[in-house]
Amino acid sequence: MMMKKDYLIWIAIKTGLLSGVIAIFLCLIGMVEVFSKRDVIEKIITLGDFILLATAVSAGVIAARATSNPEQQKQPLKNLIAGALAGITTGVVIAAFIGLSQQINLRSVFLSASPSLFDLLTFKGGTNWIWMYPAIGMAAGLLGTILFLLPEKFRQPITRAIFITFLLALFSGLFRVVMINQSDNIAKAGKYLFGQTGLTLSGAIIFFVAVVSISMFWSAESTNLQKGFARIPKKGQTGVRVVVFAILAYMVLMLPQVSGPFIAQVIVIVSLYALMGLGLNITLGFAGLLDLGFVAFFAVGAYTVGLLTSYGIFGLQHVSFWVAVPIAVLVSMMFGAFLGLPVLGVRGDYLAIATLGFGEIVRLLAGSDFLAPFFGGPQGIIGIQKPCLGTLGEFVRVDVPRICNGLEFAGPKEIYYLAVASAILIAFIALRLQRSRLGRAWMAIREDEDVAEALGINLIQTKLLAYMLGAAFAGLGGAIFTVLVGSIFATSMQLIVSINVVSLIIVGGMGSVPGVIVGAIALIGLPELLREVSEYRFLFYGAALIMMMLAKPEGLWPSQATLRELHHDDSGEDSEIASTKSSQAKA
Amino acid sequence: MSILNLDNVHTYYGNIHALKGISINIEKGEIVTLIGGNGAGKTTTLRTISGLLKPREGKIHLNGDDILKYQAHEIVYKGVSMVPEGRGVFARLTVLENLEMGAYSRNSKEELSRNMERVFTLFPRLKERRTQVAGTLSGGEQQMLATGRGLMSNPSVLLMDEPSMGLAPVLVELIFDTIQQINKEGTTILLVEQNALMALSIANRGYVLQTGEIIISDTAENLKKNPTVQKAYLGME
Repeated sequence: MMMKKDYLIWIAIKTGLLSGVIAIFLCLIGMVEVFSKRDVIEKIITLGDFILLATAVSAGVIAARATSNPEQQKQPLKNLIAGALAGITTGVVIAAFIGLSQQINLRSVFLSASPSLFDLLTFKGGTNWIWMYPAIGMAAGLLGTILFLLPEKFRQPITRAIFITFLLALFSGLFRVVMINQSDNIAKAGKYLFGQTGLTLSGAIIFFVAVVSISMFWSAESTNLQKGFARIPKKGQTGVRVVVFAILAYMVLMLPQVSGPFIAQVIVIVSLYALMGLGLNITLGFAGLLDLGFVAFFAVGAYTVGLLTSYGIFGLQHVSFWVAVPIAVLVSMMFGAFLGLPVLGVRGDYLAIATLGFGEIVRLLAGSDFLAPFFGGPQGIIGIQKPCLGTLGEFVRVDVPRICNGLEFAGPKEIYYLAVASAILIAFIALRLQRSRLGRAWMAIREDEDVAEALGINLIQTKLLAYMLGAAFAGLGGAIFTVLVGSIFATSMQLIVSINVVSLIIVGGMGSVPGVIVGAIALIGLPELLREVSEYRFLFYGAALIMMMLAKPEGLWPSQATLRELHHDDSGEDSEIASTKSSQAKA
Repeated sequence: MSILNLDNVHTYYGNIHALKGISINIEKGEIVTLIGGNGAGKTTTLRTISGLLKPREGKIHLNGDDILKYQAHEIVYKGVSMVPEGRGVFARLTVLENLEMGAYSRNSKEELSRNMERVFTLFPRLKERRTQVAGTLSGGEQQMLATGRGLMSNPSVLLMDEPSMGLAPVLVELIFDTIQQINKEGTTILLVEQNALMALSIANRGYVLQTGEIIISDTAENLKKNPTVQKAYLGME
């Protein structure tokens, strides 16, 4: 079937218009301007240029894909025309936008349409240079098409290399700081590869080439390597695993010493969200009970530790952190049961609303003037004693911290160990729970409550246990958060924290323990590291969630059951048809 | 000796009087069927026996023990198991996992493997498909799985809700043959069916339920000859 010429042109132009509009959108919300202060490759290309180019390149890819017919052979010429046209259209739209902005003042409506944005877009040359946009657009569109046309063998390594180099460029400032503090040679290498805010040109080329070659080598040799590993005698295999594990453990242990407090703090926050995620994963992922007020348990854990250990005026007791944590976990469990009991019979949407209310009640009560004599109200609880390995000095008087004779977990570099160890321990417990009898009962309730009950599962007990254990994990997270920050304010227990936790579970993969960790790294860790973009954090969240639901609804690291549900038609149906046929043949 | 006895049971959905004083008696080793049209209260009766609904009035005895004092999940431990209507298998779990769920109330490993072996002997198809996800099974296989899961708790009374629903005639026959087989192995069966002819052909006795009341109770042979039953449920004039 021949594709009509005008149809092809229309697809290309439509794609180009769409990506042009997206580019304008990115300009008007101020993203391009903010991002252009940051380099991807030092002095050559900024992040702002990069996202504008990315719109044109993806226009090329999309146009090429839309104009190729999977049943026919690839038609490079057609695809190239379509890709180029889409790129040109993108460029024309941007150029038109710049031209328009010179005539009328867009700033009265769009605050971000500032003169500096247009200086940036016009290379400070007025309208003299805007003819370049269609040209650059065409080049980018062609680049996208060529990427699409490349055989799989090359395309995958190249896209992977672009992606990884881009990630390295985003974090190059961090790498640079870490490497410069090391011995001379490492410091030199660091300066050579990483610039202040982006990769150096040579760094970018080195990383790109390295990833491409490793990736191509791996796809060619991975089966051989795996066979080779299988050929090593069993004892040797265990040995290799032990060595790998030891290296990993050493890296985890040494990381905060090497990386400095900023990265340690980010990892602590990721671990705390992972703790909350693991907790909610029990109620939501395992037992299917949606809880939108999960931050309440985090708050309970935090306030319990605060009240028990603070040397400020609100400190009720002055016990050590190690005594306070188990109490905090128990109190959180009690609150879990306290929330669970009234909502036991509530299902689905109604449960979401009921729990949402619970979360808000806890926050409002903790921050209220009414309870201010106990919880400090809006002033919060300050002066929380840091954990101390060793003996803790006597409590002298209010506002004087007790002296720690031994190792004090004073800052993020030390609390890192506490948080990471807790997250690993809780992840291990969650994995064991998932495979236990209780885990199976949760799964049955998630699938069908009535049938579960008819099979002998005690709904009340099982659901309450889900709430209590979930709350316990979140309470532990809250306890560690308190000592990290050294104070508690009700305002930090916002609804948005609960929503973050739900999002990270969805992105990671509902009901999957490794998924929670991956989700926490992706949704919490990356935005924390990229402080410049934190203004657009929720834009990214929204975009990430929509893209996940469209492209990978089972999550980044899905559980077995979810994977089966979403992909059962790939294998299950076929085998059914096959076996029906074979049984017919037998008959 | 009577194994299951319902005495003047009244069950409500809110203000709707669904069961208006039902009395049923089942002897050990029998197949008893409950026939009736849509909304007659057949499923409600089963849900009341298994404890998912609590009657406002009346008594239910299992082996002489009053089971109204137990929760639904405890009744399973007393030896009553239900195969729900519309099969109700756990669609995302494998056949094997579904069966293991059925044995949730049984702790011993040996008992589990013994019951599993029994189910696989009754339904060889399930053994072939034990690693397959239940949602991808055909309707007949799902019914087999639901029945097998009901047997995994090794019940003395098996409550079956509309096992023939939505199945091809060949499969209906297969399922009913298996029900007889299960009964011969010593399980008492209470069978709820819209397909009255099939049900009466394997049952010892039957009750006819109409808008929450039992209007006829007799042996299966006599019910087949009863003009009311013939007219209303067997499609004969």
